[in-house]
Amino acid sequence: MPTMTMAKALNAGLRRTLAADPKVLLAGEDIGSLGGVFRVTEGLQAEFGRNRVIDSPLAESGLIGTAIGMALRGYRPVLEIQFDGFVFPGFDQIVTQVARYRFRSGGRLGIPMVIRIPYGGNIGAIEHHSESPEAYFAHTPGLKVVTPSNPNDAYWMIQQAVASDDPIIFLEPKRRYHDKGEVDVDLRPEPLHAARVVRPGRDATVLCYGPMVRTCLDAAGAASEEGIELEVVDLRSLSPLDDAAMLASVLKTGRAIVVHEAVGSGGLGAEIAARLSEALFHALAAPVVRVTAPDIPYPPSRVEHGYLPNVDRVLDAVDRVLAY
Amino acid sequence: MKDVEDVATADPALDFVQLLTPDGVRVQHDDFDYAGTDADLAAALRDMVLSRRIDTEATALQRKGELGLWPPLLGQEAAQVGSARALKPSDEAVPSYREHAVAWCRGIDPLELLAPFRGTDMIGWDSVATRFHLYSFVIGSQTLHATGIAMAQQLDGRVGNEDPEQNAATIVYFGDGATSQGDVNEAFVFAASFNAPIVFFCQNNQWAISEPIALQSRIPLYRRARGYGFPGVRVDGNDVLAVQAVTTWALERARNGEGPTLIEAHTYRMGAHTTSDDPTKYRSRAETEAWRAKDPISRLRTYLMNAGAIDQVWLGALEVESVALAVRIREGCISLPEPRLSDWFDRAYAQTPAAIRRQGDVQRAREEA
Repeated sequence: MPTMTMAKALNAGLRRTLAADPKVLLAGEDIGSLGGVFRVTEGLQAEFGRNRVIDSPLAESGLIGTAIGMALRGYRPVLEIQFDGFVFPGFDQIVTQVARYRFRSGGRLGIPMVIRIPYGGNIGAIEHHSESPEAYFAHTPGLKVVTPSNPNDAYWMIQQAVASDDPIIFLEPKRRYHDKGEVDVDLRPEPLHAARVVRPGRDATVLCYGPMVRTCLDAAGAASEEGIELEVVDLRSLSPLDDAAMLASVLKTGRAIVVHEAVGSGGLGAEIAARLSEALFHALAAPVVRVTAPDIPYPPSRVEHGYLPNVDRVLDAVDRVLAY
Repeated sequence: MKDVEDVATADPALDFVQLLTPDGVRVQHDDFDYAGTDADLAAALRDMVLSRRIDTEATALQRKGELGLWPPLLGQEAAQVGSARALKPSDEAVPSYREHAVAWCRGIDPLELLAPFRGTDMIGWDSVATRFHLYSFVIGSQTLHATGIAMAQQLDGRVGNEDPEQNAATIVYFGDGATSQGDVNEAFVFAASFNAPIVFFCQNNQWAISEPIALQSRIPLYRRARGYGFPGVRVDGNDVLAVQAVTTWALERARNGEGPTLIEAHTYRMGAHTTSDDPTKYRSRAETEAWRAKDPISRLRTYLMNAGAIDQVWLGALEVESVALAVRIREGCISLPEPRLSDWFDRAYAQTPAAIRRQGDVQRAREEA
């Protein structure tokens, strides 16, 4: 099996979709000769031409709005937003148009679009370059939201997202772009919206996604040295959530911790905690605890390490749920 | 389509305002003249040289890992200094994120410019006292804010008074890439509809990261203004005399109640988009070299030397000042105070909700543990 970074795995996955389906188009700012600011599309314009890998004028609303039109003519646009904080000029088109087109047409007309967004912090960036906007999209009916945590998932999930007839917000954890992992190119992948137990355990379930999966696995390793066995679930899909997988794990352990970089209030953790308590009230041995960023905007990068969840904060939460 | 293409790629020298050639020779223009003295130009040269020094030091600090990122202004000194020197203290200046030389002219300490890029602060300078507003990283968003500032100046009766001292205007900086954004086009509409006292100062540095100007516009940008109902002028952005002359005229129009103007300063981003960028991937060395011959600083220095307004002694003194500034930047950068996360919990709201105050208390306890 080849070993590659997440950025290379996404590149390989996109190359396969472009080769397999002439209706697949890539568009975004600087994705052509530059290959995107994270080099995810490197070499694709040279290989597939300017009509299929399109440098967009610098306008996110225009990028997304015109892609709706192309989708209506049978194309499958895969759009790159340069950084999480720059998706908002296109937010109107996503929320009022992309998400609702099928519903507005009485279920007849879909927009099979993928919007790739590098997200999350811990890269020492200036403001607007470290945001975690997933809750806005997960809150929007009509959109599906997924996020890989490792190169193998990145390779397969991008292909599954392009194949999806529903619009997909595809969140790429930018701090993990250069992490390497094995990619099994002959795999029969699991469904796009299925969560996965990435480490089995018995004492508590840690639910996480994207950039935090590595952090939670590290926390589980540390806990194990003290005899605490954490089950780590990589959610992979934030909308829809894989209720069956979450409930099965928490039913087994009786305790749950949700970890995300996004701020806590109104976040995915709140939704997940509500679902767990609604379904498993009598099976829970402790309240569902969230480990998130505090409810302030992303701070200056010199203090981002304290703002973002880390191994210690996950382990503190483990202590709290085990104290019940 | 061919006609449009021809216009877009035509030699810009045919229709831009230039008062000082790349060789340092002053030339006449039918509509614009530089009103200042050679002493004023020597002061402009000093601003340009010191701004470039700030920029080179910041780039070097980023290379050493002391800054997370830096967007260099290299090559755009005349566009920025010429337009900033046209401002009166009562005018408002609204930057994008590369206006380090405008910041310098407005009295912003270079270390305050560095702090957000070092990650020790958000944007800490006093934008009220200096009338130099916050850097804006969401492309083009600031053009609407600036238009609103200008509309407020108008509401405040700061436009069209007989006493020119009572009048004020706003200048907003943005790049060629930003002109594709909806926000910028909406700003043009609002400014025109309300006849706002604003100067839209577009530094067309030819590249939006890797994307050439031809991808953003098929006609010269300044010509777009007519479609919105106000004048547009293209100026040689590497000619500080022409930039200051044109900007002075546009600001005066605004202050007198004659409405907005679009200035397209035709210049070039000699460096990378930011220190994270690699321009060799998308543009030729020959293109960059051709622009090097149009350097804004060398042409002004040549002119002033030939005019006898400055000499080697003057330049030597400027170099001493420049070195001292560099030392202050290098030492000051690594001494910028380290922030504490707990200090930021009461900075998102005027009245911080109790739950967020408690989160701040938890963070403070963590820091003190």
